[in-house]
Amino acid sequence: MNTQSAPAAPVAAVPPSGASIHRLPQDRWRSVEIVFWLIPVAAFFSFPGYLVLGSQILIVGLFAVSLDLILGYAGIVSLGHAAYFGLGAYTAGLLATHGWGEPLSGLVLAGAVAGLIGWLAGFLVVRGEDLTRLMVTLGIALVLFEAANKAAFITGGVDGLGGVTMWKVFGIFKFDIVGRVAYLYSLVVLFGLFVVLRRLVHSPFGLSLRGVREKRKRMPAIGASVREREIAIFTVSAAVAGVAGALLAQTTQFVALDALGFGRSAELLIILVLGGTGRLYGGLVGAAVYMIAQDILAGINPVYWQFWIGALLVVIVLFARGGIMGGLDLLNAKLSRRKT
Amino acid sequence: MNLSKLKSAATAVALAAAAAGANAQEPVKVGAVLEVTGPFASIAKQIENGMRLYMARNGDTVAGRKIELIIKDSTGAQPDVAKRLVTELVTRDKVDFVVGFGLTPNAMAAAPVVTEAKVPTIIMNAATSAIVSKSPYMARVSMTLPQVTMPIAQWAVKNKIKRVYSLVADYGPGLDAEATFKKTFTGAGGEIVGEVRTPLKNPDFGPYIQRIKDAKPEAVFIFLPAGEQGISFMKGYRERGLAEAGIRVIGPGDVVEDDIIEAIGDSALGAVTTHHYSAAHDSAANRDYVKAYTDKFKMRPNFMSVGGYDGMHVVYEVVKKLNGKLDPDKAMEIIKGMKIDSPRGPIQIDPNTRDVVQTVYVRKVEKKNGQLYNIEFDKFENVRDPGT
Amino acid sequence: MIANLVGVLFDGVAYGALLFLISIGLSVTMGLMNFVNLAHGAFAMLGGYTTVVLMTRLGVPFLAALPIAFVVAALAGAVLERLLYRRLYKASHLDQVLFSIGLTFMAIAAATYVWGPGLQPVTLPAFLIGQVKVLGLELGAYRLFLVAVVIAITVALVLLVERTRFGAQVRASVDSQQASAGLGIDVNRVFSLTFALGSGLAGLGGGLGIDVLGLDPTFPIKYMVYFLLVVAVGGAGAIKGALVAALILGIFDVAGKYFVPDVGAFVIYVLMVVLLIFFPAGLYGRRG
Repeated sequence: MNTQSAPAAPVAAVPPSGASIHRLPQDRWRSVEIVFWLIPVAAFFSFPGYLVLGSQILIVGLFAVSLDLILGYAGIVSLGHAAYFGLGAYTAGLLATHGWGEPLSGLVLAGAVAGLIGWLAGFLVVRGEDLTRLMVTLGIALVLFEAANKAAFITGGVDGLGGVTMWKVFGIFKFDIVGRVAYLYSLVVLFGLFVVLRRLVHSPFGLSLRGVREKRKRMPAIGASVREREIAIFTVSAAVAGVAGALLAQTTQFVALDALGFGRSAELLIILVLGGTGRLYGGLVGAAVYMIAQDILAGINPVYWQFWIGALLVVIVLFARGGIMGGLDLLNAKLSRRKT
Repeated sequence: MNLSKLKSAATAVALAAAAAGANAQEPVKVGAVLEVTGPFASIAKQIENGMRLYMARNGDTVAGRKIELIIKDSTGAQPDVAKRLVTELVTRDKVDFVVGFGLTPNAMAAAPVVTEAKVPTIIMNAATSAIVSKSPYMARVSMTLPQVTMPIAQWAVKNKIKRVYSLVADYGPGLDAEATFKKTFTGAGGEIVGEVRTPLKNPDFGPYIQRIKDAKPEAVFIFLPAGEQGISFMKGYRERGLAEAGIRVIGPGDVVEDDIIEAIGDSALGAVTTHHYSAAHDSAANRDYVKAYTDKFKMRPNFMSVGGYDGMHVVYEVVKKLNGKLDPDKAMEIIKGMKIDSPRGPIQIDPNTRDVVQTVYVRKVEKKNGQLYNIEFDKFENVRDPGT
Repeated sequence: MIANLVGVLFDGVAYGALLFLISIGLSVTMGLMNFVNLAHGAFAMLGGYTTVVLMTRLGVPFLAALPIAFVVAALAGAVLERLLYRRLYKASHLDQVLFSIGLTFMAIAAATYVWGPGLQPVTLPAFLIGQVKVLGLELGAYRLFLVAVVIAITVALVLLVERTRFGAQVRASVDSQQASAGLGIDVNRVFSLTFALGSGLAGLGGGLGIDVLGLDPTFPIKYMVYFLLVVAVGGAGAIKGALVAALILGIFDVAGKYFVPDVGAFVIYVLMVVLLIFFPAGLYGRRG
């Protein structure tokens, strides 16, 4: 461990009270993060009847994190991220229906396929301004959706792809109906990828992405190619989304056409904004809050649910732009001000 | 798990065991998975209304046990959501029956779950042939598309219609309908002069209808998902003068079903369709049903509501016959071969396939008391699902 | 064969005309205020439901209901602009997208609550049903009416923009808000009026389109893609661009479905992606 104190001190110094916290990002795990990751483990034991919902929260959380990479960190607005989720889902699903049901290799292949398409799409996406990007990402998702629908003899079309039989994880753990194995499997994959991505966004590459998001036109002045970075992060994001999609296919043993649908992309945006963009954890928090709320409230009155989610979105954008994480930050700032 | 939780769990298990044996006041839980919100909400509404009407007319207690209905929203054609909901219903809520499913993909996704959990499942609307074969615990009370499509082909042949153009929506049921019609019609010597599969999200049928007009058939066979597509098509049919050109509309009754026929308006007049239920079906049982339904819900019942109604009847019959002591395999034995006096007419659940066997009526759209109805004028009895 | 071609072309033009009418408001909003308003379809939906309510509850004839739909939607636009949209002019595009999606959800839920999830029926006046013989061709009467209305409105719009003072103010504000404000143009007022006008036109289009596009609570989402397409391909802020884009898209969509029905639905999306590759700022868009 580096023991130089003088140069490091200013970085670690407590900022003057009232100022927003602009520390250089550290890569050490804060205690809050460790506590955070213990929650899903605890949930496994305390909520044995809700594990199916639980794994879906974990999967959507991973999906939201993938969107955060391009949206929160690189500032690329995408209305069609479900394209990569769906690609991953169908890859894993088709692999299994054609006889190869090994879970982990399915994930790897799904990520690779989604990442490849993401890489290709990236070239289109980086051209043009926000509206064009919106349309291109949306257009790609729509084309893929129609293609999957048309190719019903492969994908099952609107009826969906059933019969996705998975082999045991590591040859030991069978996916059970209550969802125990699915939950743990999703949690391990999520955590593993999260660790990697966390490292990524705290690396120099990750920092340069913030440069892209905030001061795009100045980046070339410091010799950083904006296009390359955007394509790179888009590819990574697509690959991660693909893995999330594959997880869904494997744990539910089914792939539905809506995995590629616009509704999924739109809902993901809401989840990410709810949780707070640009922080990686925002996606996870947003997914948990949104899906749990939906499970409880939508059951009571679905029309109200849609109305209040819309209203919530409006309120968040107008008054609470940082989402839940932003709110926590403010709270944190207020509390730490009280300490000094 | 801590000790107090363990204790309560043990108590619960003991109570449940006692209850099962003693047949106490435990309610019979019926879990319904329906597409309550989203583009198929009107299907769910009719099914739910049918279920609740049955419960209202027959009381909610059978053999000393109360019937408790739990409705879950799959929000549309979302098989992964439906699968999760069914899993939760059988593992968390421990339902005794699973019912509902307005859409095929949702029913398909649920099949492995109800098989593993051994829960009798009643399909109340989803219409693809293959569904009930996916689980030995599934039975259907509604209809299958091939079942109601085959008779229209037979009727066309009987009425010397030789040249037909086929237009169906490009999805599972549409392709099923197309395949069934073609097989039956061409098998009897008819000619399909052209065919097209329209995209599901299609706002406008103009170009397709123009193609039909150009092909000059005697009739156009159509299958579209019940709702706006049917309306859109019939409008185009009227606007482009297909009726004037002597081209009739034939097909399964989905395109002019009772829920939307008024929305289509007069351009529906004269369409000949085959289906298992019409609100104008002339029987005392149906007149009662329609009146009770309209009084309670202020709308006209359609074929989906009858699926809900008859499905609840099956649940009640099973509970009654088993005197409240439910067992999944015994329940399935009772369901197989069950005969039901439905508002639509007499129906039976086939003991081998667990699918519904019923009369399919040939109807024409006419005006009755200033409103549009499908008036039955012919029928084919004991029609089984021919498969695809 | 030629008659077919012309017939298909005409259908495409009618469809495109309808798209243009609804989308022009969005195009101007985006060009003028640089605001990505995904809720634009909700104003069209409002116009549609207004028309239905007027016709079925109050017995107002179709032709009279349309201008009222325009006014209602315009008023709604004006109110929302002042209360909500105005706060987000300087916000990022993402924020605007999220905000407008939120508004859209609220509109859909409200419509479902009030009118139910089903399709709304509309009975057109008798003289607009059926076909009309024009130069030896059978053309749909209602589509002819549509095209006529849109032509009239387009002419009026062009006159408004090119010949009136207000139009000049709009053009100036589109070019540069700062300079216009500096010249004493009340830019806020220009924004409000333009937004109201755009929403009103959307409402009118919604009412006109019930017969062709169908009206149910999910209308804003169903057609959002088409409106965005027109604006993205045509270039924001350009009337001519929106018109050309709408016509191209309308014709290709219809022709695609007629000539290659198996892939008809694809055509429009692929076309969009292709056009955006070559014209990232739209056909008539301003670069930079």
